[in-house]
Amino acid sequence: MSILINKKTKLIVQGITGRDGSFHAEQMKKYGTNVVGGVTPGKGGTKVKGIPVFNTVAEAVKKTKANTSVIYVPPAFAVDAVYEAVDAGISLVVCITEGVPANDMLKAYDYVKEKGARMVGPNCPGIISTDQSKVGIMPGNIVKKGPIGVVSRSGTLTYEAIWALTCAGMGQTTCIGIGGDQIIGTNFIDTLEMFEADRATKGVVMIGEIGGNDEEEAAKFIKKKMTKPVVGFIAGRMAPPGKRMGHAGAIISGGSGTAEDKIEALNKAGIPVAASPTELPTLMKEKFDQIKKAKATPRKKVAKKPVARGKKKTTAKKVKKAGKK
Amino acid sequence: MKIHEYQAKDIFAGAGIPVPEGKVATTTAEVVEIAETFGKPVMVKAQVHVGGRGKAGGIKYAENVEAARVWSQKILGMDLRGLKVNTVLITEALDILTEAYVGIVIDRASKAPVIMVSPAGGIDIEEVAAKTPEKIFKLAVDPIYGLRSYQARDLASKLYKDIKLVRQAANIIMKLYDIYWKIDASLVEINPLITTPDGKVIALDAKINIDDNGLFRQKDIEAMRDIESEEPSEVEAREGDLSFVKLSGNIGCCVNGAGLAMATMDLVKHYGGDPANFLDIGGSSNPQKVLTAMRIILRDPNVRAILINIFGGITRCDDVANGIILATEELKPEIPIVVRLTGTNEAEAKKILKSTNLEYGDTLDDVVKKAIKLADLEYAEAGRN
Repeated sequence: MSILINKKTKLIVQGITGRDGSFHAEQMKKYGTNVVGGVTPGKGGTKVKGIPVFNTVAEAVKKTKANTSVIYVPPAFAVDAVYEAVDAGISLVVCITEGVPANDMLKAYDYVKEKGARMVGPNCPGIISTDQSKVGIMPGNIVKKGPIGVVSRSGTLTYEAIWALTCAGMGQTTCIGIGGDQIIGTNFIDTLEMFEADRATKGVVMIGEIGGNDEEEAAKFIKKKMTKPVVGFIAGRMAPPGKRMGHAGAIISGGSGTAEDKIEALNKAGIPVAASPTELPTLMKEKFDQIKKAKATPRKKVAKKPVARGKKKTTAKKVKKAGKK
Repeated sequence: MKIHEYQAKDIFAGAGIPVPEGKVATTTAEVVEIAETFGKPVMVKAQVHVGGRGKAGGIKYAENVEAARVWSQKILGMDLRGLKVNTVLITEALDILTEAYVGIVIDRASKAPVIMVSPAGGIDIEEVAAKTPEKIFKLAVDPIYGLRSYQARDLASKLYKDIKLVRQAANIIMKLYDIYWKIDASLVEINPLITTPDGKVIALDAKINIDDNGLFRQKDIEAMRDIESEEPSEVEAREGDLSFVKLSGNIGCCVNGAGLAMATMDLVKHYGGDPANFLDIGGSSNPQKVLTAMRIILRDPNVRAILINIFGGITRCDDVANGIILATEELKPEIPIVVRLTGTNEAEAKKILKSTNLEYGDTLDDVVKKAIKLADLEYAEAGRN
């Protein structure tokens, strides 16, 4: 199980003939992603690393039945690529491109939503569902199959967190980088909701950074709605002040957006925050142990040991069956 | 990117938003000349990219030409919260009846430009927002359909009772919204928006921030950049397509990705070291970028060790490795360099760096601790010499 992408993902690569597009198309294919085509206007009919190239997304979708698109086109054309993808019926658009004007994204965000599609990014490393599909630029060799969901605003810091988990023997269901820009298609809460609903995911690692108040909002959501444990890391404790947007920035966010504020909000919601990404697996393990203990104690009171064990088995089976559906 | 008040006012005036008459000067002689032509009291306003200029002594009222001369002598060249004042704006001093606030800012949460107005404008607007939020009125504008006249009128009526003033303010809000979109702004702000005894609504101050991502199609705005008001190494970094912020520590950091760069700095601090800078070489790095990064870091005399932390995704470790070779050959650094290269094309990178005598760290914590240790050793050695 996973979120957003899986074995059924049929991917097209917008900007496949560029340096990054062609390199990562090949990397994704090697990982096992079903890359069905690429799009570069004027290069239709050619092939890149054995992948057929089309002139338009509409044509690519018609010929390949693609449902997902990843965008590597330069910033000046990236927003147009998003529109083209959703207009062609793509339901998940992952925009890797960095440097897209924020005001363009405001309009694109509304448009994508109106069309019932989902956008991830821009300025993000993409998504990887372990052993199933990889959409974006994350190095595939750092992930390992397991029960943890990872969501992050950062790119490379996400890899760091994943690698720490993998080294500690804690594999992942899906890892997603939602992007560092102000205006992004999918935020923490959207992703946490999906992880909460995903049966294979047993715990979530959330990586935030300074600026805005998405982490604070996510903390509230976790406290109210999530049953699965979440542990976090916030980058930017040492960041110099001055990235503030005049008076209006402070007024609008209703807070300063500093690392301290975010860590405090997360701690208040019962989410431990690591001092280093390498501490994340330890924190997660502690959370799991706490849950195990909490589960074990009341059961002992209700019935004797053998019965409790039997009960446990049936619930586990039920979950498995439901998961297969 | 930030632009100065006088540049923002030029944009306002061009769009038809009333601003006080004004002229810029870089010398006292120019100030005197401008004050003489005005022939009435003027304001002398420091043009630097910091907030709270008035409170810091960068904005002064000058009754006459002599006062303008005295104040400009004080303000020109002064240090305003770490920035040197090179330019002042001289404007006519107006009689002020009321001070209101109008601002438009991009809002991540509502995914819209949000217009904020308050009848309690002026230097304490942030306090107003914190203590009496009911005095701030907000409207998230639909980015696709734009701002309607009635919405602007509605906002303006929160500022004034007199319909004549409401109409003027509504007109200003509409124009401000147009400016916001036209120039790829992330913030446009008038604080204060004043009324005068003769019933006029005027933008007494102007603040505009531009979304850096929009600059590629805003050549006129890009031309307004005041290079002199920026840290030289930060300018060089930007021209080399790097993000760089100078700090005061002794460990030079070269990292890919803003999040990891911040986390690396945080960890340096966590383990008892002190980072000399924030530096993100970005994605798709070519070897040249690493060379520029190293050159900028090495220029800082405080730096005792360089920490290179790369987790390759779109950045390829072999590109960075080639850059490190290039930099060590060209710059011949005399301080220790600690490297961690992991992720995309890691094996190729290790081959490239095989014959060098750099220090290596395997994990994030590892490389940070090593850099701190080496910087301390260097420091001790420098002390002995």
